[in-house]
Amino acid sequence: MDLKVSDLGCRRGEDLILSGVSFGVKAGRALILRGPNGSGKTTLLRNLVGLSRRPSGAVNASTDLMAYAAHADGIKSQLTVEENLRFWAQVFGTNDIDAAVEHFSLEPLLRRHAQHLSAGQKRRLGLSRLLLTGRPIWMLDEPTVSLDVENVKIFAEMIENHLATGGIAVIATHVDLGLKNADILEISQFRPRHDEQQNPFLDGAFS
Amino acid sequence: MRALLTRDLALALRSGGGFGLSLAFFLIVTMFVPFGVGPSSATLSLIAPGILWIGALLACLLSLDRIFQLDYEDGTLDLLVTSPLPMEGVVAMKALAHWLTTGLPLTLAAPLFGFLLNLPSGGYLWIFLSLLVGTPALSFLGAFGAAITVGLKRGGLLLSLLVLPLYIPTLIFGTQTVVLAAKGLDNQTAFMMLAALSLLTFALIPFAAAFAVRVNLR
Repeated sequence: MDLKVSDLGCRRGEDLILSGVSFGVKAGRALILRGPNGSGKTTLLRNLVGLSRRPSGAVNASTDLMAYAAHADGIKSQLTVEENLRFWAQVFGTNDIDAAVEHFSLEPLLRRHAQHLSAGQKRRLGLSRLLLTGRPIWMLDEPTVSLDVENVKIFAEMIENHLATGGIAVIATHVDLGLKNADILEISQFRPRHDEQQNPFLDGAFS
Repeated sequence: MRALLTRDLALALRSGGGFGLSLAFFLIVTMFVPFGVGPSSATLSLIAPGILWIGALLACLLSLDRIFQLDYEDGTLDLLVTSPLPMEGVVAMKALAHWLTTGLPLTLAAPLFGFLLNLPSGGYLWIFLSLLVGTPALSFLGAFGAAITVGLKRGGLLLSLLVLPLYIPTLIFGTQTVVLAAKGLDNQTAFMMLAALSLLTFALIPFAAAFAVRVNLR
């Protein structure tokens, strides 16, 4: 299935960060979000997965089809790697962690507590969680932070595999992942015009 | 759902989980009261039900901010909201896990600590029963307060201020249940009201708290 977003507005708290966001992603393709820091990449992704209100616009896919990977990995440091993975597998009802373990070579780390992992290992654990969700649309926020070159490659492979099965990925990143089926969307074009700032408390505050 | 409950219990029981803190606090309060008030057994047995209930209530308050704050800080809460679990269920499970790790141990320990305060003999069964029925309401109301303050750094003070007034009805009916029983009077009305309060929080809090969490993540 395709992802279609039309005329979406995004708020962060009360501030309108983006407006008129429209794009489409066909099944089997990835969309790379580009834009300077603070341009609203995270805000857009959080809006798409349903973490914030949509003041305007529409998304054709239900949030039940989307898996979200944020800056924070959501890893519990007192639990072992295996317990962390099993928990998310049970939450998403997939119950099989082998594919996730295999792809990022987490096997030797399974019994280690997550607090003893390096930043890159934590990231790998966090990203392998995506394979447990069994959901077709991946929303990834800076997924390659603290990954080394080799693991970026492994991660890009994971995305390619996902796209090959008809999945979709929307990725906010500054790194070139070398994906074949990827389009680039510059999101600073969706900055709201000044008169669209609909918060009466901010009227004239920055003029 | 069950995965979430077992995970929360495991987290609470492992190092840094804070299990035992409430129990230790409860013990400290009940042990210090005889030193502060004096050892007169008549006075102690008069105030014992109230002290036990207040001690349990404050002990419960200690660990409330952990219900959502840790999950918020490491990003788990975002992922839970986008997971297939209904947020109302997540809230209920987290409140239940909080009760199993604080309310239940307090309930089991209270008759023992009652001995330290010379609780009248009619009160032992009822301090156990009233806490068993009343402390779940403390955990659920606390989950609501924790949900409202989830995004705030050092929200503990605000959380206490929000939650304490909500605890007053439970405290009143809880102590009355024990006080009346200790005097040998009929305490059914107070006990029923206590149970009703708990049932009311089970029914309403998950929805209110889930909404508060969603608003706070925006």
